[in-house]
Amino acid sequence: MLPIIFVMPIVQLLILANAATFEIKNIKFAYLDNDRTPTSRALLEKFKASTYFNVLNVYTSGKEANSAMLNGDVDVVLNIPSYFERDLRKKKGNHLGLTINAIDGATAGVESVYVNQIIRNFNKNIRVDLMQASDQLPQQLNIASIPSFWYNETLNYKTFMVPGILVLLVTMITLFLSGMNIVREKEIGTLEQINVTPIRKKQFIIGKLFPFWVIGMGLLTIGLIIARLIFDIPIVGSLALMYAYTSVYIFVVLGIGLFISNYTDTQQQAMFIAWFFMVIFILMSGLFTPIESMPHWAQLITEFNPIKYFVEVMRMVMLKGSSFMDILPQFLKTLLYAFVMNGLAVWSYKKTN
Amino acid sequence: MSIVVDSISKSYNSLKALNNISFDVKEGELFGLIGPDGAGKTTLFRILVTLLFADEGKASVAGLDLVEDYKTIRESVGYMPGRFSLYQDLTVEENLKFFATIFGTSIAENYDLIADIYVQIEPFKNRRAGKLSGGMKQKLALCCALIHKPTVLFLDEPTTGVDPVSRKEFWEMIKRLQQKGITILVSTPYMDEAALCDRIALIQDGSLLQIDTPEAIIKKYPKSIYNVSADNMYELIQRLKAYEYSHSVYPFGEYVHYTDKRTHVNTDELKRYLSGHSLANVSIDITEPTIEDAFMELAK
Repeated sequence: MLPIIFVMPIVQLLILANAATFEIKNIKFAYLDNDRTPTSRALLEKFKASTYFNVLNVYTSGKEANSAMLNGDVDVVLNIPSYFERDLRKKKGNHLGLTINAIDGATAGVESVYVNQIIRNFNKNIRVDLMQASDQLPQQLNIASIPSFWYNETLNYKTFMVPGILVLLVTMITLFLSGMNIVREKEIGTLEQINVTPIRKKQFIIGKLFPFWVIGMGLLTIGLIIARLIFDIPIVGSLALMYAYTSVYIFVVLGIGLFISNYTDTQQQAMFIAWFFMVIFILMSGLFTPIESMPHWAQLITEFNPIKYFVEVMRMVMLKGSSFMDILPQFLKTLLYAFVMNGLAVWSYKKTN
Repeated sequence: MSIVVDSISKSYNSLKALNNISFDVKEGELFGLIGPDGAGKTTLFRILVTLLFADEGKASVAGLDLVEDYKTIRESVGYMPGRFSLYQDLTVEENLKFFATIFGTSIAENYDLIADIYVQIEPFKNRRAGKLSGGMKQKLALCCALIHKPTVLFLDEPTTGVDPVSRKEFWEMIKRLQQKGITILVSTPYMDEAALCDRIALIQDGSLLQIDTPEAIIKKYPKSIYNVSADNMYELIQRLKAYEYSHSVYPFGEYVHYTDKRTHVNTDELKRYLSGHSLANVSIDITEPTIEDAFMELAK
């Protein structure tokens, strides 16, 4: 069991951190070039040069392109109309047809932004190229914004995701282990033998908590080493602060686990309930979707989500170098949560029934 | 009095598991609770070892009230549940050490009490408890229940699922423990084990049928019992049941135990009746009643 406890999260961290990115790459791109002029070719070159697009096919008719889209062979189809170059010169403007597969809304949004970015760039250059002969037009005013991404300059998704995934792993392992623990003793019957001994409720619960707490801290250590060595995630803040917060946080999760364990009769039931909470906690943690964009009532629910605080704290301390005073609100809430959950765990554990 | 049970009742929803149970066990006595599966034996045990609250009634163990002094009771009783409930992934020695520690004692401190049981499993002390044979498991469980030198020992069906040789050994161990002054309450569905107890209580469907010494219970048996045998067992039982004076008919090993409604039985007449119904080799002999017969009669 012990090797599984440690190997599983490491494998998950390695796989998930590489796979779970919001970057959209390898977009299957196809086009219809009805113009076949240097301008249209120049535009298509831009797409070919981009690392985000895989230029797959050239279609000769709209019908062909449509059926490819229906089959899911392509994600984006760019339709360059006939007389694209001529009209651009004459009318000083033109329209491009763009079809995007929006079966996944989020992806489609990102793809649209990518395409527009390329076209906007092309647009700027083409204007200079085509218009230079007739420079009667006043030079357009351009406002360019140059974003600077604080705490993650290159917008590296791994930097953003690894602390979050690490949080999930520590939480999952400790929640499941503790959730299954007392109920397992119920199943095998050892609890009955323990209950007739003079052992105190507090002693028993502490005895149950401590090994998992150690395992949780061990997982954090391994995870941080992997984050640093393999993913090269910057650890700006204080390690001591991370450990201090995690040590309190694990108690919250263990308290929840033991509470579940006390109220179930079989490991199956316990697993089911643990999963129920886990899924809600993960999806409402702000790890995958920002909490700020959730409806108000959902935001209220996230106040009770320990993972939310852990994700916030890990990101703040690891990437931003936040100090204890910065994470004080999260720290206090977690501490309160830990007391409540463990109090409930001790209270709900009954030596008689 | 070591154990006093005073009109204890317990229900699970609508099912009455124990119905107004009263008995007491003297100090140093080996008291047997005899009854079939589902009679309420385990429920009664769980109440007496403070794992379960009774709905009604009072009880005391080792002079301590079950509800008020449950903490002290837990320190002074040993309980061996019917189901093996030690840690299967700990070794024999680790289990023993663990329970000794929980009770705030050590193996060395009470070794003399468990010595003659422990020596039998000592060769396997580094084996995991889950890998022991059934009889070995029971011995280990008994050791663990004794490690804190309890004054009262509760053994819930200790010999269920154990082979005949181990069963015999186990009862010898129980007897030896009794000689050391420990009060023992043992439950069993095996009627033959009842004779080994000082006193027994017969229990069925949550009610006590009779409490007495095994000898007295047998003596109180109101009828004479006949061992009847013939070459066709099934036919024999059917015929005996159909006989007009038949009181009870139970298969008992190779014989059928038969009692008659009349006080005086004419065995020749019965023999003629059976032979007349195509049964060969009929033999009828009077025999001594057993606890099982007494139980069957009371449970009727």
